[in-house]
Amino acid sequence: MLELKSVEKTVGIETHIHPTDLTLEPGSFNILLGTTLAGKTTLMQLMAGLERPTSGEVWFNGKNVTGVAVQKRNVSIVYQQFINYPNMTVYENIASPLRVARMSGQEIEKRVGGLAEMLRISSMLDRRPSELSGGQQQRCAIARALAKESEMILLDEPLANLDFKLREELRDELPRIFQERDCVVVYATTEPTEALLFGGKTAAMHHGRVIDFGPTGQAYRQPVNLLAAKVFSEPPINTASITKKGARFVLNDKVHWPVPDRLKSLRDGAYTMGIRPHHVSPLKVGETPVAVEGIVHIAELSGSESMIHFDAYGDSWVSLSHGVHPFDAGAKATLYADVSRCLYFDEDERLVAVSEQREAV
Amino acid sequence: MARITLSKLRHSYFPVPYKEEHWALKQLDLEWEDGGAYALLGPSGCGKTTLLNIISGLLVPTEGQILFDGKDVSHLPPEKRQIAQVFQFPVVYDTMTVRDNLAFPLRNRRVPEAEIAERVREIAEMTDLTPTLGNRASHLTADGKQKISLGRGLVRTDVNAILFDEPLTVIDPHLKFRLRAKLKELQQRIALTMIYVTHDQTEALTFADRVVVMNMGEVVQIGTPSDLFDRPHHTFVGHFIGSPGMNVLPCAIDNGKAVVAGHVIETANRISKDAALTEVGVRPEFVSLASQGLEARIVRVSDAGRFRIVSTECAAGPVKLLAGDDIEIPADGARLRFDPANTRIYADGWLAGSEADR
Amino acid sequence: MNKTVNQKGWLFVAPVVLLVAFNALIPLMTVVNYSVQETFGDNLFFWAGLRWFVDILASPRFHDSLVRQLIFTFSILLIEVPLGVAVALAMPRKGIGVSVCLVFMAMPLLIPWNVVGSMWNIFALPDIGFLGWALNAIGIDYNFTQDPVDAWFTLIFMDVWHWTSLVVLLAYAGLVAIPDDYYQAAKIDGARPWAVFRYIQLPKMRRVLTIAVLLRFMDSFNIYTEPFVLTGGGPGNSTTLLSIDLVKIALGQFDLGPAAAMSLIYFLVILLSSWIFYTLMMRGEES
Repeated sequence: MLELKSVEKTVGIETHIHPTDLTLEPGSFNILLGTTLAGKTTLMQLMAGLERPTSGEVWFNGKNVTGVAVQKRNVSIVYQQFINYPNMTVYENIASPLRVARMSGQEIEKRVGGLAEMLRISSMLDRRPSELSGGQQQRCAIARALAKESEMILLDEPLANLDFKLREELRDELPRIFQERDCVVVYATTEPTEALLFGGKTAAMHHGRVIDFGPTGQAYRQPVNLLAAKVFSEPPINTASITKKGARFVLNDKVHWPVPDRLKSLRDGAYTMGIRPHHVSPLKVGETPVAVEGIVHIAELSGSESMIHFDAYGDSWVSLSHGVHPFDAGAKATLYADVSRCLYFDEDERLVAVSEQREAV
Repeated sequence: MARITLSKLRHSYFPVPYKEEHWALKQLDLEWEDGGAYALLGPSGCGKTTLLNIISGLLVPTEGQILFDGKDVSHLPPEKRQIAQVFQFPVVYDTMTVRDNLAFPLRNRRVPEAEIAERVREIAEMTDLTPTLGNRASHLTADGKQKISLGRGLVRTDVNAILFDEPLTVIDPHLKFRLRAKLKELQQRIALTMIYVTHDQTEALTFADRVVVMNMGEVVQIGTPSDLFDRPHHTFVGHFIGSPGMNVLPCAIDNGKAVVAGHVIETANRISKDAALTEVGVRPEFVSLASQGLEARIVRVSDAGRFRIVSTECAAGPVKLLAGDDIEIPADGARLRFDPANTRIYADGWLAGSEADR
Repeated sequence: MNKTVNQKGWLFVAPVVLLVAFNALIPLMTVVNYSVQETFGDNLFFWAGLRWFVDILASPRFHDSLVRQLIFTFSILLIEVPLGVAVALAMPRKGIGVSVCLVFMAMPLLIPWNVVGSMWNIFALPDIGFLGWALNAIGIDYNFTQDPVDAWFTLIFMDVWHWTSLVVLLAYAGLVAIPDDYYQAAKIDGARPWAVFRYIQLPKMRRVLTIAVLLRFMDSFNIYTEPFVLTGGGPGNSTTLLSIDLVKIALGQFDLGPAAAMSLIYFLVILLSSWIFYTLMMRGEES
């Protein structure tokens, strides 16, 4: 178990990580989600002991490890760049941490064989990294990170430099690979979809702060505030200012809908609604579709899906739907927002409640 | 503006190619219409960059010709081909302002200053660069720099085509989303031949009117985004396009019909000839959980937010399907139904029967 | 974002700090000590205050050698930097030619400085040296041991021969670091070679050229061995640069006080000019 206790990192007058408390359970898969410069890498370095916090403490399995160097902790790291020893074969690369640990030759052979099998690079063991494709190089780096029985494995955007399809492939395999280990896994990514597919727990990060942390499904469906909802939406979440007037939420004269029972007790006033693009469709679908008139900015059609960028009463909105729905740029269009999927935020941009309470995944 | 024709084009990086695998580009015959938006899509090493370099003039093809409006340009250097290019890593002239960057190609061609100012104003408006015209180009973000490189191409009136070489790869997801929409918008507004090279299916499919899917130096299929999604001509296309890609299961053939693990599968096409390898392909979008059908074991359910990806294992291999929030997923055993209109038989990788010939 | 302050770092720097202390700081302090005192040997010192500094700054002899020094430094900078860049531009970027050129370029830099002086001394002698003989043979009256102009010409020519390679190597390193995409984009934009140089190569070489100019500036200001061996500061005092003059005062006349004061002035001049150079060249980078 890894605990960060009020960990802060400042460099000169700049604060890279604001005081952060975070507890990562053993055997858990944790995702750090945020844009470039959100502080993901710095937070990972603090966790690994590559960096020393300016203040606060890092505890691992009940021991204070603040200031204990990375070499003295049992930690593995996989980077965005494919980092392998260029003059060693794949076999030697994977075996290198085991040789350092003075494992017997037989044992090494067994371990490397198993890892290569799991990462599907068995047929490439005698090649050098430069003879491999990007995806295979990264598999080799991951196998090496897994070779020693680390108590913590950190992966810093490991798939960012890979081709789309290779990324998809590894995304599929990684959860399976980490399933059987009881180490703490931390995975940094800029992509919400990646976080969702991995499951586990997600920490949404923004400007050096962890703004939300919880089971990934919950962090996605019930983000604590508007900012967390924005960090966890790709394409960006659509937002609009609305008012609650008695039993109705009002966007404007034409667009209003009944307040769901659970929210009846909210006081009247100004709120912000957020609705993700796939709950806005050119077709009248969903539980409670509400018509929104818009001017189409551009329609991106991908053969099986349509992404329609439009202006909805002054806000830029996006609709993402199945099927091919062509629209001319500048055309008027009616799109339907399934308001049962709306998120509502109060004046401080905190989530008041979701329309429909969902089980956390 | 120009129509681009590739005629019997082949390229090899070997001085004397004598083996099939020496060819980085196998025989290619293509016709790109004036003002069309095309994408070259394929994995790394599929030959798409080689082809791009042949079009831009950096490489002279080993065999065959490249024609602009019927004129052979195979041996013309890049600067004589009137082609603009946006590179993967943004190229801007650091010491110049955004305005001077945009004006640069026109100044080099000795266009009168008044005309330059007018063109630059127009293009800056189009690419949303107007507010930054006076800034140093080196101070812009990556997406701003990409707009400058694109603007330098658009500003000229003599451009035959614009080439995009993975222009969004180094751009952050939230900026990528906006720039992609911007490129699409420009593509619709400007009647210029545009060729977009990428490994990212979403970029290729949203940008282009027609997509050329390449694999191992060969064109596998050329079609509209819907064609490629709905009727992949090869299992590679099915797999490469769509996320997750198409499910491909080995099948036996009985009377022209596909049989997977003892179940007869209704398909949109039939097979008439013998083949060494026969397979059934169906996209995860067209697989559903049903009361009867192919027996499968559910391996994993992953939540993609918009839908869930259900990974199952049937006797013939893994099958993925997409399920909405409203669908209940059984804990262990399930039965799978393939939508007949979107399930196809593939012989040795290629779409079987008459449907492929249309 | 990833930079950090690590206290342990000082441990690694400590040996260098000590070395610099022994190597530079202590001698410098000794010089400062001398510069404010008068000595006649035998460890007898008298307080002199700023007298030496005032004397030196007012002395025509110092002014003359400072002017000569400045002329020398700016001449070689004006020749070596453009020439170095031109040679770097002309060098091949690929193939066997690269290593051949690099080895060729590195050669003058490997020759000990006093050897360079002797080489050129002999090479330029009007009677037995090839250069001197050849010039006279084609009708030019050349004798660097007697004619100040000839001496200057030889001195500058020697420095250019010796040090242009350094500029070439730095500029070349800057050039090869430019991605091909830039050249390609420039071709597409219809840029002529001059525009490519002005808007791509020169801006991308800026950093390395700043280093080259600084190095050449400081080194040429400090230059001693080569002119000493070549001309010994003559004929007359015509090639007596600052450093030569300094040694003449310190060792020739054993005026330790004035020599120390002059060293300090000399040191400050170099420090100040380097700083001005550096800020000027970096200013463009920041704005």
